[in-house]
Amino acid sequence: MEAFMAIIVRDIRLTLRSGGSTITLLAFFLSVGVIIPIAVGPDKETLARLAPAIIWIAALLSTLLGLDRLFVADHEDGTNASLHHASISLEAISFAKLIVHWLVSALPLIVATPFMAIMLIMDMPTLLRTIAALMLGTPALVALGAFGASIAVTLKRGGVLAPILIMPLAVPVLIFGVSAISPAPGSGTSEAAFMFLGALSLLAFAFTPFAIALALRAAHE
Amino acid sequence: MIDLGPHAVFIVSSYLGAALVILALILWTALSSHQQKRRLAELEKRGIYRRSETTSNRKEE
Amino acid sequence: MNKSNPMTDTSLPANWFSRLAHPGVFLSWSRNWIAPLAALTIILFTIGLWYSFFNSPPDYQMGETVRIMYIHVPSAWLSQMIYTLMAVSAIGTLVWRHPMADMSMKAAAPLGAAFTAVALFTGALWGRPTWGTFWEWDGRMTSTLVLFLMYLGLVALWRTFEGQARGTRIIAIFTLVGALNIPIIKFSVDWWNTLHQPSIIKADGLSMPASIYTPLLIMVVAFTALFFTLHLVGMRTEILRHRANSLERRHVSARNGTSSGTTS
Repeated sequence: MEAFMAIIVRDIRLTLRSGGSTITLLAFFLSVGVIIPIAVGPDKETLARLAPAIIWIAALLSTLLGLDRLFVADHEDGTNASLHHASISLEAISFAKLIVHWLVSALPLIVATPFMAIMLIMDMPTLLRTIAALMLGTPALVALGAFGASIAVTLKRGGVLAPILIMPLAVPVLIFGVSAISPAPGSGTSEAAFMFLGALSLLAFAFTPFAIALALRAAHE
Repeated sequence: MIDLGPHAVFIVSSYLGAALVILALILWTALSSHQQKRRLAELEKRGIYRRSETTSNRKEE
Repeated sequence: MNKSNPMTDTSLPANWFSRLAHPGVFLSWSRNWIAPLAALTIILFTIGLWYSFFNSPPDYQMGETVRIMYIHVPSAWLSQMIYTLMAVSAIGTLVWRHPMADMSMKAAAPLGAAFTAVALFTGALWGRPTWGTFWEWDGRMTSTLVLFLMYLGLVALWRTFEGQARGTRIIAIFTLVGALNIPIIKFSVDWWNTLHQPSIIKADGLSMPASIYTPLLIMVVAFTALFFTLHLVGMRTEILRHRANSLERRHVSARNGTSSGTTS
């Protein structure tokens, strides 16, 4: 358990020390929330209807953007190699990294959501549903993103490839995420969507550490 | 030719399009195979063999 | 060292599965299958096409456009079957490190992408006269589109990892995770689709008279034979490419004064 917490603390500290990256992510998130309305036009009704989709697209793209720093830096300076000999399993380390990545990538976005809500003409109930949906759904995005990053970690321009690999896998999260916020007519849809979203995140967080560890080991052969 | 109905253009373009893709696949498969065989033949000409090919029975492939 | 006859040499592993793991054995074994498979493909296509155009009536609902189904359905079937084949091969790579599993995966990916593209293309051309639009975001077409993107990603992965031995295992892991995701994606897309378009009734071929079923079946088998022919040749090409690569690598290092007895 100690080693587990040590990894978490170390990675968080590293991220905070590198300064700009969380701010960059936030800026990107907000930028997407700016350019889509600009492209779509200022009509309030349209924006309000599109708001859940815009938020989720912004969250997905921001997650994809932040993947680069997950494994690459550690891979380049050899930390990944030494992690193979750590006292806890590579799967546990991957799990710890997932937690860290959610904390430093997804949590800031969730905190920034109220600002997005204002720009996207969201009302209060929708905003609350949005925050709940993001909390339930971003873990899945983070886990899938981390998996994609682990696949591409040995590639020189892998940063370009990982998002392409992840997007098809993220489709269910997107579908349930948007439906949770703006339910289609007919009751019960929102609750069902929330449940599926939560299930996806649970499954993703439970299984991707194994896939990630496999990929990291294979990258090390 | 038989009458393909009012939407003949869609039927014909489906078959044509599929035929094109399939033809391209066959060509690409054949070309890639030929390319690799040629590479190996050229290496052989330069005197580079696999360790198991030091005798003359190399003709199994 | 003489090349031994794999069928009688007792020094080779007795198990057929492990015997074929040797590239040389696979090459000599597979050589005999290409011509028969190709011939079978041609025969099946001839019969199938004849049936498709001359021996089957227009569907009472869809009219002549049902003939597009004779290409669309086999392509869609292939798009799913090929991924299943890749997933099984991926297991072969990860669990047994079977070299032929690697080749199988690599050869299958571009074929899968191509047939999925044909499925999408013919689906659109069928949709236009039937529903009025070239594209319909229904469950099936959307899932096929996502599958196409997955194939493209895999092809990109294979190209990016070209030459790296460890790439195969990494790609195998990704293939398997993708395979596990496909049912989830299909479920979510169907769910999403019924949410937004509850009233679309599809002519999904639930009731298929024999006059339509026969050509359909023949074309499905024809397409499958075509795939296996191309796949087999593709696997052989990969083996040859592998050989050429390692020969070149060895030659270069020998020329540079270092002797390298290892091939990868």
